[in-house]
Amino acid sequence: MQLADQRSDGQPAAASRLRAEGIGKSFGPVRALAEVSLDVRAGEVLALMGENGAGKSTLLRVLSGEHAPDTGRLLLDGEPVAFGSPIAAHKAGLRVVQQEPEIVPHVSVAENVYLGALPKRGRIVDKRALIDQVRADIDRYGFASMLDPRTPGSALSAAQRQLVEILRALTGDVRVIAFDEPTSSLSDHEVDALFGLIRRLRDEGVAVVYVSHRMPEIFAIADRVAVLRDGRYVGDRRVCETREAELVRMMVGRDLADMFTRDPREPGEVVLSVHGVTTDDVRDVSLEVRAGEVVGLGGLVGAGRSELALALVGAVPIHAGTVEVAGKPLRLRGPGDALRAGIGFAPEERKAQALLLHRSIRDNVSLAILRRISRLHVVKRGTEREVARTYVKRLSVRASSIEQEVGTLSGGNQQKTVLARWLARRPRVLILDEPTRGVDVGAKAEIYSIVNDLAAEGMALLVISSELPELLGLCDRIVVMQGGRVTGRLPRSEATEERVLALAMAEDLTPATGADR
Amino acid sequence: MTQTESPAAATRPEPGGRPGALRRALDVVGVQNLSLIVALAVLCAVIGSQNSNFFLIENVKTIGTTVAIVGILAVVQTVVMLLGGLDISVGSAAGLTSVVSAMVFTSASSAAFGILVGLAVGIAVGVLNGVVIVYGRVNAVIATLATYSALRGLANLISNGRAQGYTGTDSTFVFIARGSGLGIPILVWVLIIVALLVHLMLRYTDIGRNIYAIGGNPTAARLAGININRYVVGCYLLAGFVAAIAGILLTARTGSGQPTSGSQGLELQSITAAALGGVALQGGKGGISGTVIAVILLGVLQNGLTILNVNSFWQDIAQGALLVVAVVIQQRRRGLRAFGLPR
Repeated sequence: MQLADQRSDGQPAAASRLRAEGIGKSFGPVRALAEVSLDVRAGEVLALMGENGAGKSTLLRVLSGEHAPDTGRLLLDGEPVAFGSPIAAHKAGLRVVQQEPEIVPHVSVAENVYLGALPKRGRIVDKRALIDQVRADIDRYGFASMLDPRTPGSALSAAQRQLVEILRALTGDVRVIAFDEPTSSLSDHEVDALFGLIRRLRDEGVAVVYVSHRMPEIFAIADRVAVLRDGRYVGDRRVCETREAELVRMMVGRDLADMFTRDPREPGEVVLSVHGVTTDDVRDVSLEVRAGEVVGLGGLVGAGRSELALALVGAVPIHAGTVEVAGKPLRLRGPGDALRAGIGFAPEERKAQALLLHRSIRDNVSLAILRRISRLHVVKRGTEREVARTYVKRLSVRASSIEQEVGTLSGGNQQKTVLARWLARRPRVLILDEPTRGVDVGAKAEIYSIVNDLAAEGMALLVISSELPELLGLCDRIVVMQGGRVTGRLPRSEATEERVLALAMAEDLTPATGADR
Repeated sequence: MTQTESPAAATRPEPGGRPGALRRALDVVGVQNLSLIVALAVLCAVIGSQNSNFFLIENVKTIGTTVAIVGILAVVQTVVMLLGGLDISVGSAAGLTSVVSAMVFTSASSAAFGILVGLAVGIAVGVLNGVVIVYGRVNAVIATLATYSALRGLANLISNGRAQGYTGTDSTFVFIARGSGLGIPILVWVLIIVALLVHLMLRYTDIGRNIYAIGGNPTAARLAGININRYVVGCYLLAGFVAAIAGILLTARTGSGQPTSGSQGLELQSITAAALGGVALQGGKGGISGTVIAVILLGVLQNGLTILNVNSFWQDIAQGALLVVAVVIQQRRRGLRAFGLPR
């Protein structure tokens, strides 16, 4: 790539703030990065794109001093630098905002932000000064009313944890800041605030690296996009001179004509019928899903969608209302009851809630059907391998064999392993919570096609997604929630991003009663 | 990864790659087990070179009978640890059943009845542990620490702190203590049978696989429909049952019911053996083969130090040192990061 090109608008290129030259990094036999060279200039937002496993995270870890590169070097403002540790990188002004931040649960937001650098009077932490300081930070960075500095870490939502991580990265002198998929847990409102912050950092001359899978965000915030594929640098494009299709082609090395495959569907009998369900977080929710139908649950993060799903699978108690599968009311005392009735659930946090990371793909796929493939409690290993191979093949999980440890797979392949478990189990209703979170474009399209196939085979699907294009592309109907209530229902023909969003952020909290059910 | 002590990884790799025979053998045995076997061989060589009596059949039998009791406890401890728990009460439970079985035997003059009542007591203790942990939502360490103390007290209370009954003339107890089959002492047979059954359960049944799943990721296990409560109670029940067997073996070996002597410290030894054998304290990783080899290793160490006339207090120190070294090596190999670093 050219390192000192002119900007297309005639302005001279800003000085390179951080330059990577020929960075290579291998983990055992796996080469994560090979000869990657790129630079980030002061006062620009450089988006870093690529499928999962393309090497973005490894590159960020090299930048943050967490990994030492095997080959190549880093130059900060023209000076070669070698960070032995994240602390050294931090001191030099490099920050990486992690996607899944580590938050200390039993201390406040303020203490989490200034962890390790608490303001002190003598040896005593000055709590009042600390809280005031963090409150000022929150206001200054545009997160007012989204975060209270006194909230304990354990009470934070995923979005708030992300904000804490961002505040943390902004302490001290910042020269380069990298965001690793910062918006995956944020609502649109919070994303707006974040973008405002990023623009301000850019204008102050900070070099910003922005990693994301979400195209609209790239086009909204980035000045330039650099694409990685299979650990190699593919190229960069100025955002104003490229289109989504070109970037996707660069990422996957082929054209993705249409992400959504969609066979004509003939919804059959009502399979899942939820009536007036009320839990701690959800109030009076009613909805129906028919066989062969994909129903979407839209809304902002914290709207109660995941909480509803957890209630439907018996993981949290239902205080009022009924859940019926094929007309039979369920008594849900635990996930086992829901499963026996035919409700499967692929949760949002696949690593924490769905996968046995240290076990093989085979173990993970067969987890929900062990009883079925056992005789006198002895697991039929031949059958098990056959089932695992069948679904690994059908979902094109990319792995060396079905014995590969799941923890070593990329995000997309991990998600496909979770889906394989449910395909093997064949529930009547499958609830998917953010099925493509943290999944690359290629795997996304494959997951969409699996959902389409399952519906065509007559499964009833309830899909929770915070990505509007995904909801609109995938679902026959969309039920929108806000504050634990249903605020609207849109058939596919009437659903637009604007209408879903309007319902998701509706001020009026009177629930839309099930007129169109 | 070659975490081959788990059933998953121990199965042969997919055909196609055609790994060498050595590689396949290594996959079956596992790096963890292999390092234990090497350590065992070195230890035997060192002790044997100092005192050739070490290799006598009689001495090997002595080692076998010495490790039998702690061995079966280590086996069930492995199961509980795989589940993500810990059972500190196994030693106390063994002491209590030892006393109870001897006292019932004395008053009913029936060895069978004494043994049955002993087993029933063990099962009751296990269920109590399980119920407190599951329904009381008490941390396993705390719950079994409580029963550890309470059961020891109970054993001393009903026995007035003294040895009870005399089983040294009863044919059943004598057979258990000194009998043999096919040249192998009965005590060793008990260990072989218990270890084999548990091994088969863990490796080949859905029950075993679910135990690994619960220890590896309880949320995933629950969402996959596994009734975790039942498994927790079941595993502690098994631990109590086997602790009762240990107590009965203890009664047979010492010729009387012992409230504390002989059983004290068994809980820590069983945990030591399991950890040395590669069972992860956080659950989900490990297997019976590693634990059994570790039990033998500890037995040989103890026996060797005894026949080399080393002060017996050194034995505890050697055991502790071995555990620390083994676990440090394991953690290094797994590439575990320092405290507090993000994974």
